[in-house]
Amino acid sequence: MHEMSIALAVVEQVEDAARSGSGDAAEAVRLQVGELAGVVPDALRFCFTLACAGTVLDGAELDIDPVTARARCGPCTTEWDTGMPPQLCCPNCGGATADMVSGRELQIVSVRWADRPAHDRAHVTEER
Amino acid sequence: MCRVVDLQQAVLAKNDRSAQELRDELTARGTVVVNLLSSPGSGKTALLEAELSLARQRGIAVAALTADLATENDATRLARSGAPVKQVLTDGLCHLEAGMLRSHIAGWLPGDTRLLFVENVGNLVCPASYDLGESLRVVLASVTEGEDKPLKYPTAFGLAHLVVVTKQDIAEAAGFDRAAFLAAVQQVNPGVEVVFTSARRGEGLGVLIDHACAVHAGHVPHQPVMARTAGQGHVHHHDGVVHTHS
Repeated sequence: MHEMSIALAVVEQVEDAARSGSGDAAEAVRLQVGELAGVVPDALRFCFTLACAGTVLDGAELDIDPVTARARCGPCTTEWDTGMPPQLCCPNCGGATADMVSGRELQIVSVRWADRPAHDRAHVTEER
Repeated sequence: MCRVVDLQQAVLAKNDRSAQELRDELTARGTVVVNLLSSPGSGKTALLEAELSLARQRGIAVAALTADLATENDATRLARSGAPVKQVLTDGLCHLEAGMLRSHIAGWLPGDTRLLFVENVGNLVCPASYDLGESLRVVLASVTEGEDKPLKYPTAFGLAHLVVVTKQDIAEAAGFDRAAFLAAVQQVNPGVEVVFTSARRGEGLGVLIDHACAVHAGHVPHQPVMARTAGQGHVHHHDGVVHTHS
């Protein structure tokens, strides 16, 4: 199970964003997880809670947007839901050279930061 | 009150960057990395031992790095081939990451190495998500594992440049249905080549080396559909050379 490594990678990137001034405390992180990303959302949620402890994400929610896997055949332009397990041969012409349109995403979309009190904002500005 | 700030970063961006840097560095010095993935017990080590011996007979400078959760048994077996071998203990981690590979290569890999085989941790789930900087990704399955293995582990099989079937010498006894296996592979990775091997009988061993040497010579390997993207998001590029889709 590599969901803990994935969760730690998310935490690391959000902490980097915090250090570069995006915010102090993350309330929620939104991820896109493709059907073919090889990640189990429930396992990721469990690991995320543990990975966040003691960081700027302590107690943060994880919002997962699942993305359906779709492929598109170049030669005949057919586009289809690949399903799971995926059917990656073109269902129309049998072609073997399709491209993935979606479904491989493992992407941090956005972070919801708690608003800083006014005096904190001034303090941060001064530090810069 | 709160603020939502867009980040739009691939979760594995750091690993992917590290992998690409390693691929570029190794390509520049003339080394091609072959990443071997399979489930435990599929015969990775036996195949690799035979491949290393054959490569050495052909005068190809090879080396191997083998990863396990514990024990150095695999390195001991592989070293019998005479090739430089290094054991990596992951201390329980279920996969290798590019940064780990890089740190293990530093100061160890002989400068003239043409092919570096990396035997990943025996696992068909987690290693599939991590680009190691390889130019050839190979997934193995033995004839005893069931013909639907590619459908059960679509990411591992779907991203492979080459599929190797092992233990072909016991295929008949195991009741292996070759056609069913090939159909399952083609469903998740249309057009990928499947090689049937037996480390014990020495069957089919040259094909993997031929593929690796072809990549070394600049040949573009098979491009799996799953790795080809028309959209956005995190997609692995584990070839290191310019794509030309045929």
